Amino acid sequence: MAGIGLIIIKRLGLGLLTMLMVSILIFGAVNLLPGDFAQAILGQGATPEAVQAIRRDLGLDQPLVERYFTWLFGVLQGDFGNSFAELNFSSYGGTTASANFGSVADKLAPRFNNTMFLAGVTALFAVPVSILIGVLAALYRNSIFDRVANITTLTSISSPEFFLAYILILILAVLNPILPSLSNIYDGMDFADRLERSMLPALTLTLVVTAHMMRMTRAAIINLLASPFIEMARLKGLSPFRVILFHALPNALAPIINVVALNLAFLITGVVVVEVVFVYPGIGQLFVDSVKIRDIPVVQACCLLFAAAYILLNLTADIMAILSNPRLRHPK
Amino acid sequence: MTEKEPLVRIRNLNIIGITDETEVPIINGVDLDLHRGEVIGLIGESGAGKSTLGLAAMGFTRDGCHIRGGEVTFDGIDLVDAGPEIRRELLGKRIAYVAQSAAASFNPAHRIIRQHSEAPMVHSVMPRQQSEEDAIDLYNRLRLPNPEEIGFRYPHQVSGGQLQRAMTAMAMSCRPDLIIFDEPTTALDVTTQIEVLAAIRDIVSQFNTAAIYITHDLAVVAQMADRIKVLFRGDEVEEAATGTMMKSPKEEYTKSLWAVRSFQRKQKPLAKKGEVPVISLQSVTAAYATTPVLREVSFDIHRGRTVAVVGESGSGKSTAARCITGLLPPLSGQVLNNGNPLPASFRQRNREQLRQIQMIYQMADTALNPRMKISEIIGRPVEFYLGLTGNEKKKRVFQLLEQIELDPAQYYNRLPTELSGGQKQRIGIARALAAEPEFIICDEVTSALDQLVAEGILKLLAKLQDQMDLAYMFITHDLSTVRAIADEVVVMKDGEVVESGAKNKMFKPPHHPYTDLLLSSVPEMDENWLDELLDQRGVENIGDAAVSKMAGN
Amino acid sequence: MLTQLAIWVGGGFLASLALNRALPGLGTGRVQDWIKNTGTVGMFGYYILATVLVLLVDYYVGFLMGANMPEWFKSISLLGSTRLPFLAWLLHGIVMFGVAGFIFRALGRSVGTELSRKMFRQMPITASFGILTILIYVIVAVFADIIAPYGQAEVFDRINLLPGGNPDLGGDPSHPLGTDQIGRDLLSRLIFGAQNTVGIAFVTTCLAFFIGASLGFLAATLGGWFDQFLSRIVDMLMAIPQLIFALLLMTIATAWAGSERWLITIYMILIIAVLDSTRVFRLSRAVGMNIVVMDFFEAAKLRGENLSYLVFREILPNAYAPLLAEFGLRFCFVFLTIAALSFLGIGIQPPLADWGTMVKDLSQFINFAAFSPLTAALPLLAAGAIALLTVAVNFVVDWMLHRSSGLKE
Repeated sequence: MAGIGLIIIKRLGLGLLTMLMVSILIFGAVNLLPGDFAQAILGQGATPEAVQAIRRDLGLDQPLVERYFTWLFGVLQGDFGNSFAELNFSSYGGTTASANFGSVADKLAPRFNNTMFLAGVTALFAVPVSILIGVLAALYRNSIFDRVANITTLTSISSPEFFLAYILILILAVLNPILPSLSNIYDGMDFADRLERSMLPALTLTLVVTAHMMRMTRAAIINLLASPFIEMARLKGLSPFRVILFHALPNALAPIINVVALNLAFLITGVVVVEVVFVYPGIGQLFVDSVKIRDIPVVQACCLLFAAAYILLNLTADIMAILSNPRLRHPK
Repeated sequence: MTEKEPLVRIRNLNIIGITDETEVPIINGVDLDLHRGEVIGLIGESGAGKSTLGLAAMGFTRDGCHIRGGEVTFDGIDLVDAGPEIRRELLGKRIAYVAQSAAASFNPAHRIIRQHSEAPMVHSVMPRQQSEEDAIDLYNRLRLPNPEEIGFRYPHQVSGGQLQRAMTAMAMSCRPDLIIFDEPTTALDVTTQIEVLAAIRDIVSQFNTAAIYITHDLAVVAQMADRIKVLFRGDEVEEAATGTMMKSPKEEYTKSLWAVRSFQRKQKPLAKKGEVPVISLQSVTAAYATTPVLREVSFDIHRGRTVAVVGESGSGKSTAARCITGLLPPLSGQVLNNGNPLPASFRQRNREQLRQIQMIYQMADTALNPRMKISEIIGRPVEFYLGLTGNEKKKRVFQLLEQIELDPAQYYNRLPTELSGGQKQRIGIARALAAEPEFIICDEVTSALDQLVAEGILKLLAKLQDQMDLAYMFITHDLSTVRAIADEVVVMKDGEVVESGAKNKMFKPPHHPYTDLLLSSVPEMDENWLDELLDQRGVENIGDAAVSKMAGN
Repeated sequence: MLTQLAIWVGGGFLASLALNRALPGLGTGRVQDWIKNTGTVGMFGYYILATVLVLLVDYYVGFLMGANMPEWFKSISLLGSTRLPFLAWLLHGIVMFGVAGFIFRALGRSVGTELSRKMFRQMPITASFGILTILIYVIVAVFADIIAPYGQAEVFDRINLLPGGNPDLGGDPSHPLGTDQIGRDLLSRLIFGAQNTVGIAFVTTCLAFFIGASLGFLAATLGGWFDQFLSRIVDMLMAIPQLIFALLLMTIATAWAGSERWLITIYMILIIAVLDSTRVFRLSRAVGMNIVVMDFFEAAKLRGENLSYLVFREILPNAYAPLLAEFGLRFCFVFLTIAALSFLGIGIQPPLADWGTMVKDLSQFINFAAFSPLTAALPLLAAGAIALLTVAVNFVVDWMLHRSSGLKE
């Protein structure tokens, strides 16, 4: 077991390194902005004094490397800086500094919960359904069921998220008013209400993710069923059920876990568009809004958050795959 | 012989494969009878349909194959029209299967013994506990090392030869009436093969099991089978008892198969003392990353001579070739060409140095760019090294095609995918010749080919050597090829040269124990070869056991 | 109605059972095999499919005759009773596309060279539909100036004209799809959308392929530190979800572009091309690696061939098939990313017409579905135009991949 522990630690270390590199990348990208934050905030007509004041306040007069580490340590302690959108510009007219900044972290926290709720509901629907359909399609491949599933999922994958979203709105909110088309969620809402309001965005995401997951599961299982040890199991006279349960499934675990993690990571991208369509108060919507008004600290924080989730999911997938590999679990 | 109802009865069996909506016949009306306790050998070249026939005897067809007509009965039970339940009841319990690659056919997720006891349990032959005890007994009989413990390992923890025996044990787990052996030793080295052969033969006769033994190796089937059936492209050529078949085959095709083994060219005298060798390795040591693969390897290759480098997989024979070509720069030592040291890496060699050393590869399929016409494959080196263009180049390519005995007008504009395996290999030879080299490395050039085709290639290489005074380095694991073509032999094991010398000396004792083991492990075309060898050496002195004994010394 | 349904289903099941038992004695070998392999349940599946198709055709005929179907038909067709024009449009769409694909394939089988005819013979209906659709898009995109009635930026006096062209319902025959909030003709913008959205996606994909494939092949050929260096950079770029990264970079790009709006489109092309080239790099490197280990490549290397010969003569011709399939997939991905960016308001900039922005601008009309289906269909039309093209490309790629993977399934 020592070998496998080492492999996992190595993988964890690699994940951490990736995270660090990504933070540098994001920080570096933001610093590619023309001029600097101060100019970006105040625009063309700002007086030199005002610009100077903001620069001092944001620590922009420090060298780049130092600023990076200040930012990084801030992030590690949950401090993402302050949002430009809530800056009190008038306070920079004179010399008095230190205005009431809106903290990015305060802005993110409730929205982060909302997004996690949406992703969680989606995963709860999508994962079991898609794996089941995927396995069935693989078992009865080239049957009518498989072909219909193939065409449907291909269509669903090919459609932009907002197309699916509007179709669902059309059918379930406008023509048959069953669900609300806007997801206005606020604090202190009871769970059932919340679930109902998140239903349409969750359904949209489910459609997209299920299609991907089902196709990948099918491919993984078909690949597996072609291996000689499955033929051997059939030639032993085992029932199809036993072949699947005892011989295929233990080996299918790694690919399926991989598929699930990959698609949960895929959810992250989907969340952005879907939240905008349904005006769902999550991180994705905040991100897009901040991009439009160039609220750099928020953009930076959201980007980091999405990347972290993405890296974490990939890391989980890899580690699960290592753990389920008999060759690594039982070294020579 | 026919008074009793046979165990397996196949009549006029027709099987087709469906490719791209076109039907390809695989088996055309073959009959087969197999009685209890009898072993029949199915032999043929690739594409003869022997595996398909073997599986059909179990009532099984692979995806894409369909039984089009005929009957298959096992102990009076019709297998063609049987439902899946009836077939499942037979498979594993009364008919068992041993596949070519044990490593791929064992489920990597379960312990070996768990897979062993599965069939007896599912078919309610015996409970798991009893079956596992039985497994240990079988491992013992098959002379597996550590029989008490080996079953509790996972497949990837056991070596290939042992795994193949464990699979034979698994096939025996329900004491079936029939076992199908589908090329069980093809993927193994000769010294390992002999051990598996002995074990299989033993256990089949102990339990009086009937068996169908499928192989392309005549010498192997001669040891294993009571009767031999020869197949060619889905048709039966002939069938006879092993002895009769070996001594006096009736059909022309069978005779030609047998005759292959007789090709042998006269050995040339050793080069004179003091003659500068074309290629000389001088204490070459090499490693992949940190794994050492060659240790202080030295040998010479002289003009007009063929040096065969033999050894099992992992012995470093291909690595030696990579050092000569400069693909793997040695850690120490050097390679001389006509007495001049060659730069270690091919990147530092000049065009003239590169031209002198050419290579012919094992897999003709991957050796030729599938998207390039023959004219360019051969024409490119002509243009690149000799600077010929236009009509001159074309003339030279035509000349080369004639030399390799292919009709230039017909093949000049073809793509490699339109050629057969043997023709592709000839194109590979022409590409090497186009550079007009002094020295050619032939890396297992015949091992992927059927025997008749391989023979043609060997003859061609011999003819070209005489015409152009070429030096060959012949890498092979097949000793019959060595006998046929070599002048000198270099035996390698674990990255070292064990022994080297003229061929006639090497095939006569006394020699190094490893050479001895290697030579004696190659099956011969004599049905009593295995018995005699076992009598001579004893069961303990063959195969891996002997190798590890040697390492102990 | 339930009884009718029961008769349809039960009768069908009995029929397929009988067919399955009786037919093995009839027909040629292929048909027999097919029946044997399909089984009763499979036959029943085909039966259901056939029933649905028959009902569809019935309904279609009924629709053409003014939707005045007799009661008995409504009760069994299940569709006759529906009043949803959307469903009807969808069904017509599927039937029409299916028929068009079928006719196109039949045409392809009888016209052209032996090779192209063979290709069409082996083609499933989905792929022929895909090829036909792609062809139509290309024609519309290339000849948009000729096809479109007005220019994409032309502004008319009458804003927010309803579609349909019926003056009584607030339309105008000269603007069949109506006008938008500042009075631009929607039909023209939809047609020009093909040129802009598809054209820009195509250019971006080409650029991504140029960068990704050349670096990927170089990495495979050269190996060593060059390969390591590029691979690590790509790993890092791929550690951030693509759309998120694109949004971040677009923020910076918009700041750079300032008041020059058209620059944003150029920046977007560059950003997406670079981000997408990472995936192309991965694939072409993997494909290249598989070729580099082949003996023919080694032979060329040992001959002393230079880099350009190795890449262009030895690798590229053999990497064609997987790269072409990947080009299709990448195009879809880029196309969808650009559409998403435009939908979010940070992609292709006005006055260029594009589908993503159109969906965003028209999305409110979806709430009119109950009283004016045609108006509600407008945003769906633009979104559907995006979906249709990606579906078409995917169908073709799916078929290509299936073909090149041989008969594994």
